[in-house]
Amino acid sequence: MRIWVFAEEVDGLPTSLSLEMLTKATSLGDQVAAFLVGTGSAETMGLLAAHGAATVYHLDPGDALPSSGAAAALAELAGTENPDLILFGLQPTDRDVAGRLAGRLGVPVLSNAVDIIADEGSIRVLNEILGGTTLVETAFSGKGPHLIVVRPKSFTAEPGDGGDPDVVAVALPDTGHSGSARVIERHTETAEGPKLEEAAVVVAGGRGMGDEEHFSVVEELAGLLSAAVGASRAVVDAGWVPYSLQVGQTGRTVKPTVYIALGISGAMQHLVGMKDSGTIIAINKDEEAPIFGIADLGVVGDVHQVVPKLIEALKARG
Amino acid sequence: MKIAVCVKQIPDPATPYELDSENHFVVRPDDQVLDDTDRYGVEMGLQLAEATDGEVVLVSMSPANNLQGIRQALAMGADKAIVIDDEALRGSGALVTARVLAAAIEREGADLVIAGTESTDGYVGVVPQMLAELLGMPAMTFARKAELTDGTIRIERQTSGGYDVVEAPLPALVTATSGSVEPRYPTFKGIMGAKQKPIEQPSCAELGVESVGSAGSGQEIVEVRPAPERTAGVKIQDEGDAHTEIIKLLEQAKVI
Repeated sequence: MRIWVFAEEVDGLPTSLSLEMLTKATSLGDQVAAFLVGTGSAETMGLLAAHGAATVYHLDPGDALPSSGAAAALAELAGTENPDLILFGLQPTDRDVAGRLAGRLGVPVLSNAVDIIADEGSIRVLNEILGGTTLVETAFSGKGPHLIVVRPKSFTAEPGDGGDPDVVAVALPDTGHSGSARVIERHTETAEGPKLEEAAVVVAGGRGMGDEEHFSVVEELAGLLSAAVGASRAVVDAGWVPYSLQVGQTGRTVKPTVYIALGISGAMQHLVGMKDSGTIIAINKDEEAPIFGIADLGVVGDVHQVVPKLIEALKARG
Repeated sequence: MKIAVCVKQIPDPATPYELDSENHFVVRPDDQVLDDTDRYGVEMGLQLAEATDGEVVLVSMSPANNLQGIRQALAMGADKAIVIDDEALRGSGALVTARVLAAAIEREGADLVIAGTESTDGYVGVVPQMLAELLGMPAMTFARKAELTDGTIRIERQTSGGYDVVEAPLPALVTATSGSVEPRYPTFKGIMGAKQKPIEQPSCAELGVESVGSAGSGQEIVEVRPAPERTAGVKIQDEGDAHTEIIKLLEQAKVI
């Protein structure tokens, strides 16, 4: 089976989700290629190859917003190379290209995939609904290429030997008005401490923290545990913290060793992004909060009482 | 300036929905609400229309039922609505949704199309991009801020690591993130006025869209089953020493 994986290069490296998808692709098919959008650093090429891409189709979009041109280029390539499957990640640029490509080719997209099954001539996708309590298995029934959008952390990236991939330069097609958007400025908002997706411990705060000022307690606890700070959507929408800290369906998906939820009730939208964490600790004053349904340790209490004591105790340990 | 805002009526997210045991379609209750995330798109549309003396037209493909979700958006200030509810659309996938919305928007004519980033119930998350492709427009996605100047739309586009400033000439499509604007609450006058506002309900045939339904969607649900459950552990009441239990667990997990 021929499988392509969409890979966006961000700050000189492929997204971690593209490497997760490549690893999965190598377990499904014998011909795996990456479609890279970015400048194409040597490090990026090396990582894509190490994770299973024998060929890298490379498109450098310059200052163009890549979605329209990348979709057109993919559609043209797919017409001659006939991939069975093209994988995209559940992240902004991947979603843009997947949607435009589907519109262009007139084929469906199966989104939110947490697993992909290919056997007996059928390709099926698993996704979770109702906050992860129900699994839906959907099969493609029409013509290909089949497009799938994969949730982060569904697969583990495992580098192999790799070597030098076969790089095929792809020109940015002229898509007229559709492709007329230009990137004028790029801004990186770096958070202190470890990255959310990579941290062993995540301390996340929700509306129960009260206000922006009290949210600093979340940051203090995270600092003591060398943890990354996360937040519920309510807190991000309220503007207390940037979107890059949001955990959940519309934010990041995390799987740390320990997840500490402070003042987070556990709306389905949030649970989807953290329910696969190793150990979940939740503090909430509402005894009925759904977060207690998946917490290994649920503390019914006031975060403003419990957390300061926890911070004090951790400091005392030195 | 005509601004089309795509909105969706969904089952109240506070009440878990059910799937039909035979065809696995979502069983839609009669009472549906405006998808909360769409309030941001409506607000963004209203603000841009106010700045340009423009008009806001809602476009929605969803079972119409009592239209209370659409009325909510009209009450915020939109001028009219186009709602496509055709029996032939039952079970159709995201691509069909995009085709229907594109046909309605093309018929109406729009300089700017605004949508949410994804719906709260279906969450495919690529319908606006499909729509942009079908309409031949740039897709200015994941906007946390949008402004119009002289026929150009400029947005701050949320990225995984921060944001980019992106610019495109109109006509264009924008997706509004939650939190991008502060959605207004309908006033009493708005709610009363919404009852008089026009709601067009064209059929697929009138829009020239081939009615395909589930058979033409290229996808088929083969099974719905419960996910392996994560069971709850212990729940304790804080009596002033709950932090010691947390410390124990952190030690056990070897993170301290």
